Amino acid sequence: MSVTPMTAKQLAQKVIRKEPVFLLDVRNHDSFADWKVEGDNVQSINIPYFDLLDGVEDVMKELPDDREVVVVCAKEGSSIMVADLLAEEGKDVFYLQGGMKAWSEHLEPVKIGDTTQGGEIYQFVRIGKGCLSYMVLSNGEASLIDATRMTDVYIEFAQSKGVQIKHVLDTHLHADHISGGRKIAQQTGASYWLPPKDAEDVPYSYEALEEGKEITTGSTTIRIQPIYSPGHTIGSTSFIVDDAYLLSGDILFIDSIGRPDLAGLAEDWVGDLRETLYSRYKNLSEDLMVLPAHFMIMEEVNEDGSVGRTLGHLLKENHGLNIESEAEFRKKVTGNLPPQPNAYQEIRELNLGKITKNEEEQREMEIGPNRCAIR
Amino acid sequence: MIQANEVLDAKGLACPMPIVKTKKAMNSLEPGQVIHIQATDKGSTADLKAWAESANHQYLGTVEEGDVLHHYLRKASGEEKAETTHEPTVSNEELQSALLKEDSMVLDVREEAEFAFSHIPGAKSIPLGALDEKIDGLDKDKNVYVICRTGSRSDLAAKKLTAAGFAKVYNVVPGMSGWNGETTSI
Repeated sequence: MSVTPMTAKQLAQKVIRKEPVFLLDVRNHDSFADWKVEGDNVQSINIPYFDLLDGVEDVMKELPDDREVVVVCAKEGSSIMVADLLAEEGKDVFYLQGGMKAWSEHLEPVKIGDTTQGGEIYQFVRIGKGCLSYMVLSNGEASLIDATRMTDVYIEFAQSKGVQIKHVLDTHLHADHISGGRKIAQQTGASYWLPPKDAEDVPYSYEALEEGKEITTGSTTIRIQPIYSPGHTIGSTSFIVDDAYLLSGDILFIDSIGRPDLAGLAEDWVGDLRETLYSRYKNLSEDLMVLPAHFMIMEEVNEDGSVGRTLGHLLKENHGLNIESEAEFRKKVTGNLPPQPNAYQEIRELNLGKITKNEEEQREMEIGPNRCAIR
Repeated sequence: MIQANEVLDAKGLACPMPIVKTKKAMNSLEPGQVIHIQATDKGSTADLKAWAESANHQYLGTVEEGDVLHHYLRKASGEEKAETTHEPTVSNEELQSALLKEDSMVLDVREEAEFAFSHIPGAKSIPLGALDEKIDGLDKDKNVYVICRTGSRSDLAAKKLTAAGFAKVYNVVPGMSGWNGETTSI
């Protein structure tokens, strides 16, 4: 029987389309408990590959016949071994090409909508890690927001669309993933923008993202207006694109809000977070489409694979926007924080340009789920 | 370098090969022997630890040297339920209070690699297999507390010491597997 590779892209599309798929995850139990492929119709079992070295007869019984079976491991080596053993027993199976590493790095571009002057806005969904980045295209130019370290994807996408990346922006200093912003700016000659309060003492030069400043993409058609939004980091900003889209960074998500503790300053920043969410955002138009920098659970993903809802919807439905008492909010946001993301201190330092790491090390640092939110 | 019965070079090999090779090499070891695995695959630490647990081997520890991970595992030894015949025995708690006395010594008879990763501060390391040749160097006047992981090897060692004329020999039961006092490593 046959063993067929399945790419991260193919698996991502199955997850988005909610197609039934059965995963045999052969990593060790701790890795599986920490982070795995999730989706509405994804069913998975975890049996470490080293428990299958003497044979897979026992597992055969647990594998369904009515859906595709995909063997998953960290990098693909063990999954190929197990898939071969299953095929010898007479089972048609797939393995996830590149393993969880490829899953973590896969970016799926999804069109969010058009802008008033004939431009477009795209969301890049990093489905394995829950990171979202954006490209605004207009009249041959593009702005890129919260880029991941998979820089080629954006550069190739811009080429395929015939646009030149002019501006690269980070809404804030990221702690859960490595920013590709600076690298892309270097490669394309674009300007790199950062909030100055998040960029103290950085050894590289950047353009300061400040409230009231407008960044034009294309022939003055799309304005990106940074709004100072402290709370997740002291310098956090949000952007309003074309008076229609609110890129909320790590301040406001679909079903949760940003955590204020990743630089160890929860107590100091919780007030800012409240101010942003309960005063600043409440004064904005409810028709704005909120486009965050992360999603945490598959329920936040729309039918078409995008992640975004109107501000009006979130003001009603997002629990984090509906905590009346300030004391209660404070308690919720600082008292019950989820575990911190893998290597988050090192990731901050890397994004600040204080340390350097090779590609393999960067990959290791990013393994695991993002944990930027409080539900 | 920490002593081992077998050294396995798995450098440059990607998962699953370090574990596949370790499993194979384990088959040729005697129960209780130690294998030293050299690997460069970063995932090998967590996987070897988890595999050892599921196969009842003892994961001793890992030393990182540059890009190379040196893992130490001890083959399952069937000594989990120690049958001790040497008298007297003392409990871990009794050893705790005996440690404070000047005239006592702790003799750790586990393998060198086990000792290297965790032992009681001040304990002397003589693996059971080397006890016969080193027995003359020990002080017969002291209270000797013999310890291993479960009380099984220390039972054999205590008998050897008694036969060699040591009068104050105590077997610590269960030993390091249940030890929650202070420890140190090399």
